Amino acid sequence: MKFEPRAHKPYTTMKTQKRWALLFFLSPVLLWLILLIVLPQIDLLLMSFRFESIDGKATWSLANYINFFQEPIYWLTFVRTAVYSILVTVLTFIIALPLAFYITKVVAPKFQGFLLVLLLLPFWVSELVRVYGWMILLRESGVFNHFLIKLGILQHPVEMLYRDSTMILGLVYTSMLFMVVPIVSVLESLDNSLIEAAYDLGANMWTILFRIVIPHATPGIVSGSIVVFMLTLGNYLTPNLMGGKNSLWFTEQIYNQFIASFNWNQGSAFGFLLLVLSSIVVWLGLKLSRQSLKKVVQ
Amino acid sequence: MIRTLPTSKTYNRLFSLYVILYFLFLFAPLLITCILAFNDSQFPSLPWKGFTLEWFTGNLPERVGIFHDQVNLDSIWVSFRVAFFVTLLSMAVGICGAFLFEQEDFRFKQLLYFLMLAPLVIPGVILGISILLLSNTLGTYFETSWGLDIELFRPGFWLVVLGQFSFIATLVTLVVSARLRKFDRTLEEAAMNLGANRFEVIWYITLKFLRPAIIGAGAVAFLMSFENFNTTLFLVGYQATLPINLYLQVRDGSTPVINAISFLLIVGTSLMALTNLYFSRKAE
Repeated sequence: MKFEPRAHKPYTTMKTQKRWALLFFLSPVLLWLILLIVLPQIDLLLMSFRFESIDGKATWSLANYINFFQEPIYWLTFVRTAVYSILVTVLTFIIALPLAFYITKVVAPKFQGFLLVLLLLPFWVSELVRVYGWMILLRESGVFNHFLIKLGILQHPVEMLYRDSTMILGLVYTSMLFMVVPIVSVLESLDNSLIEAAYDLGANMWTILFRIVIPHATPGIVSGSIVVFMLTLGNYLTPNLMGGKNSLWFTEQIYNQFIASFNWNQGSAFGFLLLVLSSIVVWLGLKLSRQSLKKVVQ
Repeated sequence: MIRTLPTSKTYNRLFSLYVILYFLFLFAPLLITCILAFNDSQFPSLPWKGFTLEWFTGNLPERVGIFHDQVNLDSIWVSFRVAFFVTLLSMAVGICGAFLFEQEDFRFKQLLYFLMLAPLVIPGVILGISILLLSNTLGTYFETSWGLDIELFRPGFWLVVLGQFSFIATLVTLVVSARLRKFDRTLEEAAMNLGANRFEVIWYITLKFLRPAIIGAGAVAFLMSFENFNTTLFLVGYQATLPINLYLQVRDGSTPVINAISFLLIVGTSLMALTNLYFSRKAE
């Protein structure tokens, strides 16, 4: 492409051009955000305040929210989901930190890239396939039971699936990546000489960990924790397939209201409560660590 | 402690052991799924009864391999089509978003930026139900007011595409924005001085610069769409995507056909991930 050199354009054409460019970029983005994010959320909120009586008349009411607080199964599931999501986030962090430290600071540099690729690879595979793999390993006729019986440790196969602990395992497994990657990227910017200096001055491992490594890694830890918490809270697949009947997860309640009971108003109320919970936790996480969402995303 | 400091042997050994155990934990479920795809047994479990390819190629009444399993093949095709349109849409809008937030100035920019980030904070299930609700509201409105029955507003192919697009576009915007931030804007000024207009500059210069990020974001968008479950669950019609279809089969008992599909998925996505990685390394 060859551009013909032109005389300086008059100021007004530049300005109209600028306006067209803005319009060109703005309109698809506005359409996307208004039609698929803003309006649906407003509709969700409105629906949650509607109540359909038996004769099919819909009125404005708080019935769906009152129902939530009056039925222990609903709010207990809600609390349970929140507590377990926090537990999963903490566990994921505890497993991820040494791993990220090993990859960035301990292992020989030539293995670094290889380990990172190896770390990322399983997460490209569908969550369903990963959960299915755990099901094959853990179920009564599963691979673990097979080996444990062969080795004489077990007499009869034990059902290891469908427990809360397996559900937690599955959730931690699924969210690992979202914790490891941000921590690896902040630790890469941690200057080794800081650790060396601390070591020379006589600091032990724990002092270095709590006074140097963790403070430096805080932005990564916060963004990792937010993503892990969010994904765990909103997960349906893993609790449903690995958790069994007792392991009610709040998303399952939402699904039941929408698809099984066809009570969309109640389901909307549940959905909105979940949204409020996840927003509050994200906001608290940001406030407590003095981070901004914009910074965390980058 | 770290590479440059003297450390005890036990410390190093323990640390390496930890990492090895972690990688075992990471790969065990995937490896076992792949191995059992080749087991000559009716169930995806041990003992090992010999090697077979029948779960791929078989066409017997009691053993239908994936290449003859019409239901699963159909759902793979649906997933491909969904992922294609989601990728196309989210790339187009995501690139616009990147230019909008990096190079334009307008009122309420901050507000719009936070709205653009919102899909990251909204759980996928909520995105699914809220879009289902709105489409239902719109559908009822059009039907009662104008007697129009619009296919788009019913759960089905296009609603799944829109639902997945609603959050994947955020991802593309962020990835492309990150690269656009590194762009040297004096190049644009030079082109402008030589007489190019804004769109010529974008087409011939900025987009060329953004190409690696656009391709990378496209690959990620495709995979995310192909594997999406949470949002799709609420929007799917009679055409099930692969994850939905697999979910139904896994829930109601499983055969090694699922292992065969998983094997193909694992190999396929790994190849795609490695190619993507290779090209992004090369671009740097």
